[in-house]
Amino acid sequence: MRGRTGTTDEGLSPLARRTPDGPPPAPTVQRIRLRYTKRGRLRFTSHRDFQRAFERALRRSAVPMAYSAGFTPHPKVSYANAAPTGTASEAEYLEIGLAERRDPEALRRQLDESLPPGLDVTEAVEVATSNFVERLEASEWLLRLPGVAPAEAEKAAAVFLAAEAVEVQRMTKNGLRTSDARAAVAAIGLAPADTALVGIGDNTGTDGADDVRTGAPCAILRLVVRHATPAVRPDDVLSGLRSTADLAPPVPAEVTRLAQGPLDEQTGTVTDPLALDRAAAEVGR
Amino acid sequence: MTVESVFPRLEALLPHVQKPIQYVGGELNSTVKDWDSCDVRWALMYPDAYEVGLPNQGTMILYEVLNEREGVLAERSYSVWPDLEALMREHGVPQFTVDAHRPIKAFDVFGLSFSTELGYTNMLTALDLAGIPLNAADRTVDDPVVLAGGHAAFNPEPIADFIDAAVIGDGEQAVLDITDIVRAWKAEGRPGGRDELLLRLARTGGVYIPRFYDVEYLADGRIGRVVPNRPGVPWRVSKHTVMDLDEWPYPKQPLVPLAETVHERMSVEIFRGCTRGCRFCQAGMITRPVRERSITGIGEMVEKGLKATGFEEVGLLSLSSADHSEIADITKGLADRYAEDKVGLSLPSTRVDAFNIDLANELSRNGRRSGLTFAPEGGSERIRKVINKMVSEEDLINTVAAAYGNGWRQVKLYFMCGLPTETDEDVLQIGTMAKNVIAKGREVTGTNDVRCTVSIGGFVPKPHTPFQWAPQLSAEATDERLTKLRDSIRGDRKFGKNIGFRYHDGKPGIIEGLLSRGDRRIGAVIRAVYEDGGRFDGWREHFSYDRWIASAEQGLAGTGVDVDWYTTRERSYEEVLPWDHLDSGLDKDWLWEDWQDALEEVEVEDCRWTPCFDCGVCPQMDTHIQVGPTGKKLLPLTVVNS
Repeated sequence: MRGRTGTTDEGLSPLARRTPDGPPPAPTVQRIRLRYTKRGRLRFTSHRDFQRAFERALRRSAVPMAYSAGFTPHPKVSYANAAPTGTASEAEYLEIGLAERRDPEALRRQLDESLPPGLDVTEAVEVATSNFVERLEASEWLLRLPGVAPAEAEKAAAVFLAAEAVEVQRMTKNGLRTSDARAAVAAIGLAPADTALVGIGDNTGTDGADDVRTGAPCAILRLVVRHATPAVRPDDVLSGLRSTADLAPPVPAEVTRLAQGPLDEQTGTVTDPLALDRAAAEVGR
Repeated sequence: MTVESVFPRLEALLPHVQKPIQYVGGELNSTVKDWDSCDVRWALMYPDAYEVGLPNQGTMILYEVLNEREGVLAERSYSVWPDLEALMREHGVPQFTVDAHRPIKAFDVFGLSFSTELGYTNMLTALDLAGIPLNAADRTVDDPVVLAGGHAAFNPEPIADFIDAAVIGDGEQAVLDITDIVRAWKAEGRPGGRDELLLRLARTGGVYIPRFYDVEYLADGRIGRVVPNRPGVPWRVSKHTVMDLDEWPYPKQPLVPLAETVHERMSVEIFRGCTRGCRFCQAGMITRPVRERSITGIGEMVEKGLKATGFEEVGLLSLSSADHSEIADITKGLADRYAEDKVGLSLPSTRVDAFNIDLANELSRNGRRSGLTFAPEGGSERIRKVINKMVSEEDLINTVAAAYGNGWRQVKLYFMCGLPTETDEDVLQIGTMAKNVIAKGREVTGTNDVRCTVSIGGFVPKPHTPFQWAPQLSAEATDERLTKLRDSIRGDRKFGKNIGFRYHDGKPGIIEGLLSRGDRRIGAVIRAVYEDGGRFDGWREHFSYDRWIASAEQGLAGTGVDVDWYTTRERSYEEVLPWDHLDSGLDKDWLWEDWQDALEEVEVEDCRWTPCFDCGVCPQMDTHIQVGPTGKKLLPLTVVNS
């Protein structure tokens, strides 16, 4: 951590915990799963940044949150599998616990209005099932490669797919880590034409110039990656494309997560992780 | 002329830098106005990292005041970290605003707020990245007016080469007045160019334009006199004072960043100014008189601000928050109102003697305890008389007893080292005080597990204070004294383990001292440091004492003066001080008498509850003390969920 000039701190160990007086916090009576986005320039939001922003949005819109016990009660929010900083996403998920029941759609609208444009809440479903995180088996990604010709990208993808294994290295907090990028990839190829500018380029800021694009060629790859341990991220696949097929984009790729959820191995597609909860909600109606 | 956003070019660099979110803007409650429908455009910069600059109240207030005006636009800029600076230089991306990512050079006024002198090198980085000549003399009509404000601007002489103008005092009305002058000059077709605009600003008497003053030096290196070199330019420039804070309820819509910053709370300035008369305190001297915000005004700002931000803490800001005439009703009222909402309250600056048991209770009611911090400033009774910090050890111990008795088990005490007339014994008394605090805490709580953290800063004499003549203690002597104190605390078996010790080494203080009481000759030093790579001098890992010392030798060569001359030298009554022509309202003779009183250990009362002692501010500035009580109450609000 950075510190102010010249300060030396000879700290003390924390004090023993005490428990607060008064009644325990109100219990959770309803849980809601939300899907949200990280678009445009707000893709540079880190997960911690998003958490703070989201919890403030909960306060601004007076959502009746359930809280944990203790002197510093925390609202009950659990986040699943956040996209890396700098990566746009159309499909992030979290779950909140409420102390009073609310209509999911009304709550979604309220929260969406309270969050800055780019952090958009796009779906809300009452929780009826467990094992949500386990259902997030894979992610579908879009990789925009400005300055790369589509044919070149298509060829590289084919070379990558044909490889037995593609070892890639990444610098992590615990040093250099090696993994097989090929094994985690369920599908890779040129994206259908209609997916061109999802995520990255939409104008979430107010500059009005975000989506100014040059006339240069731009390949767009669609990628489906299984969630494994250790995780293989889109940049790992990009380094794999570089090492196996010499694909070296002149500027950083713009990466967007389009979906995450159960993987249909037959078609190589990712399906809706909220489908089960949605179905349960229909039945209950 | 439409100005293009640099964002597309910046965006390509962001994947390669740390914490890119700090450069993208789009904060909740930020404003982007249409460039072409505004005729006066301000870029406001806090010349430190975003995480420090964003929460700055001054910048936030001016941003909102200006943007509320029709036809006026204000955008914010912060210092970029060296990783992005290198990339911006490589790719030719200029210093930008975070709001619409417009290049700084396109604005009419580039206003920088200096809370501390350690931001000067960052200003040079920003100017250079912006493509604005570093020397004010080299700028053309196409460059913005570079304007300095903030507390450090009360002595802008060290940066006189680099700024076009400085404003001292409260900025709210001042920025609007400057806006009107810029607007009229532009509407007339910029007659007389840059020079004419600066002259119009200078002639108001409220904007200091360094180039319109010549500094003459004596053979011994001291200043002979400072003389205006243009007709109509006043001999002295006055500070600005806003009298009714309730008329300026800013920020109404505080900015809520996505990136993490140093203060994340809803801050309300509950009063401005302080007449306690602590002799070391520049803020207390230059912001006189005291002007309170009313209890109802505070209540409204808190309510609207929490709604607009979603913050979970309210900070009641001022130089000495417990001194508000209705502080008990304010804290109780707020604690009542937000009892259910898990909103914490904090009083960042609290005097030992004004703190009382009720206040402690209200602050702790919601369970959140941000800890208790008091500032006795001096360890011995004697030194506290010298600095006019009228707190007895008995006051402190009583206050601490009340705090421990109410459930706190951790108390933090702020002190200074290097005060005028200070001896080793005065500093060692800090340790004794901490031990007495622990002993009292143990007695009150019946447990040995109570904590006291002692935090010590080096004293830096500041302009416009009674200590402006005082010699600063050398870095070596400061470090020696702190080592003695540290050893005496650590060596104590009974209490040592319960006392935390936090201190600053003496070196940064010497550089701060050089910049605080420097004159125009220091400009060459700042420039040399910048050119040698000096940045972010307020940050431990960037600050280099050796670089400053080497640059000072280079920059001051041939002047006959050196770092010691500026810092550890005592000034005499007759000496013309570099800031004498900047009028803070304080009468120089009164400051001198107060300095003499300090040496004789004579205390001065607070003019809020004793007769005026003629510091000079009110008659000179045509202001007066404005305090309550109003007798009004903070009514509980019912939150309506629609």
